[in-house]
Amino acid sequence: MMEFDFSGIIPSLPGLWNGMVMTLQLMALGVIGGIILGTILALMRLSHSKLLSNIAGAYVNYFRSIPLLLVITWFYLAVPFVLRWITGEDTPIGAFASCIVAFMMFEAAYFCEIVRAGVQSIPKGQMGAAQALGMTYGQMMRLIILPQAFRKMTPLLLQQSIILFQDTSLVYAVGLVDFLNASRASGDIIGRSNEFLIFAGFTYFIISFAASQLVKRLQKRFAV
Amino acid sequence: MNYNWDWGVFFKSTGVGSEIYFDWYLSGLGWTIAIAVAAWIIALLLGSILGVMRTVPNRIVSGIATCYVELFRNVPLLVQLFIWYFLVPDLLPANLQEWYKQDLNPTTSAFLSVVVCLGLFTAARVCEQVRTGIQALPRGQEAAARAMGFKLPQVYWNVLLPQAYRIIIPPLTSEFLNVFKNSSVASLIGLMELLAQTKQTAEFSANLFEAFTLATLIYFTLNMGLMLLMRGVEKKVAVPGLISVGGK
Repeated sequence: MMEFDFSGIIPSLPGLWNGMVMTLQLMALGVIGGIILGTILALMRLSHSKLLSNIAGAYVNYFRSIPLLLVITWFYLAVPFVLRWITGEDTPIGAFASCIVAFMMFEAAYFCEIVRAGVQSIPKGQMGAAQALGMTYGQMMRLIILPQAFRKMTPLLLQQSIILFQDTSLVYAVGLVDFLNASRASGDIIGRSNEFLIFAGFTYFIISFAASQLVKRLQKRFAV
Repeated sequence: MNYNWDWGVFFKSTGVGSEIYFDWYLSGLGWTIAIAVAAWIIALLLGSILGVMRTVPNRIVSGIATCYVELFRNVPLLVQLFIWYFLVPDLLPANLQEWYKQDLNPTTSAFLSVVVCLGLFTAARVCEQVRTGIQALPRGQEAAARAMGFKLPQVYWNVLLPQAYRIIIPPLTSEFLNVFKNSSVASLIGLMELLAQTKQTAEFSANLFEAFTLATLIYFTLNMGLMLLMRGVEKKVAVPGLISVGGK
């Protein structure tokens, strides 16, 4: 049997904190970009134009049937090529930017479904009333439908953000130093990788667990 | 940094033995399916037991299942995989440790770790679905079974579970598909499943876009195929008399 010694973690805390900042940045940017893109996709899916709704449907189907890790790896390798085709010159771009793009595009598919369900849960009369007042489609969505829908789906959006918080650890595959990777590296240096792994798992657990309990409370308060 | 498109690359020699790139994909797909199916069996068995435990009228039993679910749902999959692959073998008794680290070949030990990891990870999700299925049944079902003199295990085995499973086929299907997608983390501990083979093909052939497009297509087809299959199963075993039955 091995013996555990967690004392090496204290001196490594600044490095681990930097990793956590990276994790939180990835999550925040992924969530913001994902929600914006996801809302656009949801509006496309709900629009009367068959073409737009099919494009959005295909996008969602596509990203929901492939693994996130595949998207991260592919984008990491492909983004430099694509940028070169667009700009015509070599544009150095780090793993961070390619991961952000991967998270935004991947999460957008999931956020799209949440937003769509949210919009569809608004009573039809709201739309009729907005149209009767002479609002355009854009005004109706922006001022009447989306504000109500977002209120309803806040718990689901937060739940999805917690999932993304955990999934950011996959950037390990492209060598980005997030919280997990920082823990692995610090642990390897002093030969205590097991202790650091337990610490990392524990930290992820505490944050995700506390966050989901908060979301549950919120859900109860939001319930009609 | 010029890019040479070549969609015929999959039928070219890899330069390793007499293999073509397509062979790599086939062997990768084989591992992906093996991991997913093995992990799913564990997840379904353990998840069902946990799901039943969560609904049993006993605080301790349901508490244990709740703790399990919270633990496995709130730690990232990759962290769990590293724990099973790097940490758990160190905790084994000396002779088992030696067997795992030295006697087993690296592919087998990686396979075992990833199957156990994914199985236990997915069990937490299956548990929640099974619980939802059981709780969705009318209370009268349990009461009627009890009134007829069924013991608790019989109530579950003969009355509640056969109905619950049929209700939760759609969410179970999506969990099953998740296992396939999640199995790609095995590439991070050196198991040559589909994603790892794709990466290797991209590196060897320098045809990055073709390599990843094929992988995407394979995952996509796998997903769609399984979904259609499960939709057929769902229709066949639907519980008569529920609203969801007969929907087109």
